Amino acid sequence: MKKLHFLEVEGNTKGFYTFLGLFSLISVIGILAAYYMEHNGHWVTGMNNQIIWGTPHVFAIFLIVAASGALNVASISSVFAKTPYKPLARLSGMLALALLSGGLMVLLLDLGRPDRLIVAMTKFNFVSIFTWNIFLYTGFMGIVGIYLWTMMDRPYNSLTRKAGMAAFIWRLILTTGTGSIFGFLIAREAYDSALLAPMFIIMSFSFGLAFFILVLMGLYKYTQRDLGDFIVNRLKNLLGVFVAAVLYFVLVYHVTNLYSADHRGITAFILTDGGIYTFLFWVVQIVLGSLVPLALLYAPTGKNRTMIGLASVLIIIGGMAQLYVIIIGGQAYPMHLFPGMEVSSSFYDGVVASYAPSLPEVLLGVGGFGVTLLLVTVAVAVLKFLPGSLADALTDPHSK
Amino acid sequence: MTINIENEKQQDAATKVETSRRNFIFGSVAAAGLTVAPAVMLYQTANARSLSDFSLKDGASSKVRLGMLVDTSKQVDWNKSVEACNKEHGLGNEKDSRDDQKTQYIRVVDVKNKGTGYTMSLPVMCQHCEQAPCIDVCPTGASMKRPDGIVLVDSHRCIGCRYCMMACPYKARSFVHEVLTDQTENTPRGKGCVESCNMCVNRIDKGQEPACVKASNGAIVFGDLNDPTSTISALLKEHGGKQIRADLKLNPGVYYQGI
Repeated sequence: MKKLHFLEVEGNTKGFYTFLGLFSLISVIGILAAYYMEHNGHWVTGMNNQIIWGTPHVFAIFLIVAASGALNVASISSVFAKTPYKPLARLSGMLALALLSGGLMVLLLDLGRPDRLIVAMTKFNFVSIFTWNIFLYTGFMGIVGIYLWTMMDRPYNSLTRKAGMAAFIWRLILTTGTGSIFGFLIAREAYDSALLAPMFIIMSFSFGLAFFILVLMGLYKYTQRDLGDFIVNRLKNLLGVFVAAVLYFVLVYHVTNLYSADHRGITAFILTDGGIYTFLFWVVQIVLGSLVPLALLYAPTGKNRTMIGLASVLIIIGGMAQLYVIIIGGQAYPMHLFPGMEVSSSFYDGVVASYAPSLPEVLLGVGGFGVTLLLVTVAVAVLKFLPGSLADALTDPHSK
Repeated sequence: MTINIENEKQQDAATKVETSRRNFIFGSVAAAGLTVAPAVMLYQTANARSLSDFSLKDGASSKVRLGMLVDTSKQVDWNKSVEACNKEHGLGNEKDSRDDQKTQYIRVVDVKNKGTGYTMSLPVMCQHCEQAPCIDVCPTGASMKRPDGIVLVDSHRCIGCRYCMMACPYKARSFVHEVLTDQTENTPRGKGCVESCNMCVNRIDKGQEPACVKASNGAIVFGDLNDPTSTISALLKEHGGKQIRADLKLNPGVYYQGI
């Protein structure tokens, strides 16, 4: 590979300020929406005592899962020594931090008492997976920060491989932790599966890479730098593999649930008679979010940038639908106080819980994406995250 | 004259010193008294409790396991227990929340066997599990268990993450969705925190039985599960009792007969 030069994005341009303004606006709207919800209390949202975690959690968990996935490109370069990915490693690490920041902001602002963050940071219950996650998230920030440093500061380049290995192991534990938030809730049939943790890892590969490809193509398009097919096609082929792997896990998850009689109810609910959740599962998650992108990525037109971008957007939408079905569908399905019996009460026992996302919830969630993209915009202008060119002549070893 | 004036000044100064010293001593005694008084009061309360029927001799003791036994075969109006609970804890004062957002510590669940058509009703509240999932998942330790087995939420430590509500198999917890005013003195409740039945700790610590028990006309028995001579233990020994979702092996402190 020829020598690459990393360059900041020119900040004093109309385009830069446009994006800066746009993403700032989205972030501020999200924060204002959170303020509105906190000031009034959660009664202004669609959430209730049945649907305890709503749309903000769907966004937050998507962003957090995607964060660990976005780091994959760097890991492939540092841990698995695949040199074609090396020029992208800095962006990969930075994007991981930006996504995690956006996700954590949403998660935090949806707390009943976000003003008590200091309590969460000082009083720990080490049996709780949430407590582990507090350490996993802050540790991820620290380790990826060091990893980026070793990549960007020449005297420390020799440590990149070790730091990359640490970050890779940490991100696997982190996503296991995120998946385990759900995996150990014995009371809820949808979550009572150890398969959720590895499934979350493979979901992170897919969502994170889709987001990475969009950011990469967007940045190179708007900065008018060369981005050759060699790198993009490698990434899109990898993305296809990840999408197929997620499909495999979804299949195994539902088939194993069908195998055990006490999980048939929730499986039938999601797959056949869950209304909006069944629609989101089949139409958005499976067809639009998985099968269509696979076709787009591997079709003869698969090298077309518009098609790759479209596939990535669909994978993100499908991923959001998948998390919506897992998080909200899983709560909507009633818990069984008396298995096999019909139950009813004034507290909505035995009925499918109703939930409609409210506007502030959606705005807060979108605000998380806003914060992520705002951080990316600032970061690429301040530090040297992007190679000046990723033309095939520089990246493809077989290029003449 | 000059000397006299000097003397008077010195005497005045001495008196002032005397006064301030006296004030200091009085102040110290008063402060010490104020510090000790609550402890003495607490000690007296603890002593007073030993006179109650519930054998809580040394505060919340780990030798005690407080529990309840609900006899569903008794023909009582369970709603009376619900009303008593709401009154005791000042529930039902939400103004803006939808019905599915309002707090319920205890609810009446109607159960029907689809195959046989058999129906029954029973009150369900926090089951005060020994292995409580809500305590395991709580990141800050706000969900906690007293040594005597009562599971409750520290409203000052709860950050409102609602993980405990996700984890509870009995759907026993509620989230406060709005600003509340006019709370009862016994039950602090606040927007953004999770809450649930606390077995009326405020009443138990005064030697009284929980509000739902009192209103149940004898259909709910409260007592120490660890004490073989207690009424609840005797009833359980003689007639047996079941826990809801005993298969989850959480060992709830609330038993039912007739389910």
